[in-house]
Amino acid sequence: MTNEELLAISEKEQELQQQVRYRIMVCSSTGCLSSRSDEILAALEAEVKQRGLENEVLVKKVGCLGLCAAGPIVSIQPDGILYKEMTPEDVPAILDRLGGEPLEEKRIDTHQPFFTRQKKNALENAGVVDPERIEDYIATGGYAALIKVLTEFSPSEVIQEVQKSGLRGRGGAGYPTGLKWSTVAKAEGEQKFVVCNADEGDPGAFMDRSILESDPHRVLEGMIIAAYAVGANQGYVYVRAEYPLAVKRFRTAIRQAEKMGFLGQNICGTPFSFKVDVRLGAGAFVCGEETALLQSVEGNRGMPRLRPPYPAQSGLFGKPTLVNNVETYANIPAILRNGGEWFAQTGTEKSKGTKVFALTGKVKNTGLIEVPMGITLREIVYDIGGGVPDGRKFKAVQTGGPSGGCIPEELLDTPVDYESLKALGSMMGSGGMIVIDDRSDMIDVARYFMEFSMEESCGKCVPCRVGTVQLYNLLGKFQRREATEEDLKTLEELCDLVRSASLCGLGQAAPNPILSTLKYFREEYLAKIRKSTPVEEA
Amino acid sequence: MVATTRKVNPPDGDRRWKIVEATMRRHGYASTALIETLHSIQETFGFVSREALNYVAESLNIPPAKVFGVATFYNLFNLNPVGEHVFSLCTGTACYVKGAGEIVDFMKEEFGLEPGQTTPDGKLTFMVARCVGACGLAPVMILDGEVVGKLGVEEMKAKIREWVNHDK
Ligand SMILES: Cc1cc2nc3c(=O)[nH]c(=O)nc-3n(C[C@H](O)[C@H](O)[C@H](O)COP(=O)(O)O)c2cc1C
Ligand code: SF4
Ligand code: FES
Repeated sequence: MTNEELLAISEKEQELQQQVRYRIMVCSSTGCLSSRSDEILAALEAEVKQRGLENEVLVKKVGCLGLCAAGPIVSIQPDGILYKEMTPEDVPAILDRLGGEPLEEKRIDTHQPFFTRQKKNALENAGVVDPERIEDYIATGGYAALIKVLTEFSPSEVIQEVQKSGLRGRGGAGYPTGLKWSTVAKAEGEQKFVVCNADEGDPGAFMDRSILESDPHRVLEGMIIAAYAVGANQGYVYVRAEYPLAVKRFRTAIRQAEKMGFLGQNICGTPFSFKVDVRLGAGAFVCGEETALLQSVEGNRGMPRLRPPYPAQSGLFGKPTLVNNVETYANIPAILRNGGEWFAQTGTEKSKGTKVFALTGKVKNTGLIEVPMGITLREIVYDIGGGVPDGRKFKAVQTGGPSGGCIPEELLDTPVDYESLKALGSMMGSGGMIVIDDRSDMIDVARYFMEFSMEESCGKCVPCRVGTVQLYNLLGKFQRREATEEDLKTLEELCDLVRSASLCGLGQAAPNPILSTLKYFREEYLAKIRKSTPVEEA
Repeated sequence: MVATTRKVNPPDGDRRWKIVEATMRRHGYASTALIETLHSIQETFGFVSREALNYVAESLNIPPAKVFGVATFYNLFNLNPVGEHVFSLCTGTACYVKGAGEIVDFMKEEFGLEPGQTTPDGKLTFMVARCVGACGLAPVMILDGEVVGKLGVEEMKAKIREWVNHDK
C-alpha cells in the first residue's frame, strides 16, 4: 500500500459518507449493547429501508460516545444531535424529525461541560468510526502515520518524535514512553517483541476496553509503528477474556490490516515485517504486571519476577520486549501524524497530553472522559461529572484502583498529573475514578480493596501473601469495633512492611488504600477503636 | 517450545474434542499454547475436567502438575461443571459502591449460594466477576452471558427471581 492508494481509499470512503444527507450513529459498545442498542440499530436500518431513504441516510454502528449512563446513545450528523435512552420505538420519531426540530425529551445537551471540557486524542474516533471497518478508520486519516513513518522516518527519528511528545505510559507508573522505546531499540538481538497490555484488571476501569471496542485500528497502528521503531517482528496483544467484544473487534482489525498489507511480510513494500497475535488473559489481576503478563503469554502461571532485568532487556522468551498499555499505543498515531510538539502543547510540565478516565460511582454523569492533564479533580467531579446525585454529599474520590487512594474534599483542587496524585498518597493508575458519597464508610472501602489485593496476590512472596490477609483481618476488627490503640499501631507498621518488602507492584501498592484513608479519614478509625474496658466489667 | 507430533487420544468419543484438537494444532502443539487450549476446553465444555487436564498435558508434553498449576492459578477456569444457568455478579469497585454486596447476601439467603457454588439440582451457578468493564452501568450482573445493568438493588433482586423462575 502506498500513500496514494491510501488516499484513494480515504477519498472514496469520504465520498460515500458525504453522499448521504444524514449519518445516524448508534453506540455499539458493551455499555449501550447491554441496553439493547443492537435492536435500535436493526430498527433504524429496517425503517430507513422501508421509507426508501437508503440514499439519504446512512445508519452506522460506532464505538463508545462516553456518556454510558445515558445509553443507549444515538448521534445524528452533521446536525450534532445526541439522543439518550433510545428504544426501538423511538426510531420512527427521530426519522420523522430529521432536519427539523429534534425530539427534545430525548435530547442530550451537548453544550454541557461533560462535552465541552473534554479534549480527545486517544478517544478521537470513539463514537465516530465504525470499529469493524478499516476503510472508515482510513477515512479519518488512519494508517497515514504508519506510511509516513515507514517511508520517511528512520526508527531513531520515530523514537525522537515520541520523546519530544513527552508521552508517559498510561498503564499506571507513567514511565516515559520514548525512553522505553529507545532502550528496546538499543538492546541486542535479532528477535524482539512488542506487547500490548490490555489486561485492565483494575476494577472500576474500562478505558482500555472502550478504546479497543471503539477504535481497534488506532491501537494496532500504534503497535506497528512501535515495532518499526524498536525493531520487533512479532507482537502480542494480551486482552482479558472478560472483554469478548474487544477481543472480537481487535481480531477483525488484525485480519483487515493483514489484507491491506499493514501487517505481514514487507509492509507497504518496505523491508519491514511484523505480525500480531492475540493472547487471552484468564482472570488474574496480577497478570497486568508486565513480568507476570509475559509469563502468562508463555503459557505459565502469571507470577511476577524481580526486575531488573527489565523486559526491555530480557522479556518474552528472554528476548528484548516492549510492553506498553493500550492507551499509550492509541496516542501514538496522532503524535506521528501531527508531531511530538503538537502533543506536548497539552498538559502540564511533566505530564503531557490528555488522559482517559472512567468516571463512576456516586456521580451524575458516569462514563468515559478524556481530559487534558492538569485539570483539577474538582473540575472532573463537579463540572464534567455533574457532582453527586440524590442530594448527597461528596466524601472522596478514589483514583488508581487497588494501588491508589481516596482523596478528600479539601484536596479536590489538586491538578491531575502523575506527581501531584502521588504526593497525595494516591496514584494516576490506569484511570479509574470512583466517586464516593457520605453513605460510604471509609474503612469498608479500604477493606474492600484489601480483600481484592489479598485474593489477587500471586502468593510468591510472604509479605504480600500473609500481610494482606492480616491487614484485611485487622480492618475487620475495626469494622466490628473490636480494635484497640495497639491494633492501629500494628496496622500502620504492617502497611509499612508490606509496602517495602513485597516483590512486585501489587504488594508494594496494596497498603495504599489503607494509608490514604488513615491519612484523610483518621477520625473514622479512631471512632471505631474500642474504649478501654471499664474496671467494673473487667 | 517443544513441539510434539505424537497423536494422543481424547478422553472419550465426544466429537467436541476436535475443537480442542484444532486449537492445539493451530499452535503447533507448543507448550506455550497451554492457556489458549484451556480456554478452548472451557468454551467448548463449559468447564475443564480432570480428564481434559491430563489430555492436554499429554498432547502438549507438559507435566500434569504444571497443567494443574496453571489451570488453578487463573480465576476464569472452572474445574467443576457449572449449572444450567449461570449468574455472575460484578463485584468490582464501581458495582461495590452501588450495592453489589447486598446482592451477594441475597444470593445466600434466597438460593443458599456462596460465590462459586451451584445449587444441588444443578440448575443455577453463582459466580462473582471482577469488573466486566461496564462500570458506567453499575451495578452490573450477567445472566447467562447477557450483561444487565443500571438497576437498583431491589430491581436487581426482582430481575434475578424472574430470570431464575423463567423456565420452571
Ligand atoms: C499488579 C499490577 C497490575 C497492573 N495492571 C496493568 C494493566 O492492567 N494494564 C496496564 O497497561 N498496565 C498494568 N500494570 C503496569 C504494567 O506492569 C506496565 O507498567 C505497563 O503495562 C507499561 O505500559 P506503559 O508504560 O504504557 O504504561 C500493572 C502493574 C501492576 C504492578
Ligand atoms: S508482591 Fe504479591 S503479587 Fe507481587 S510477586 Fe509478591 S506475592 Fe506476588
Ligand atoms: S466495577 Fe462492575 S463493571 Fe466495572
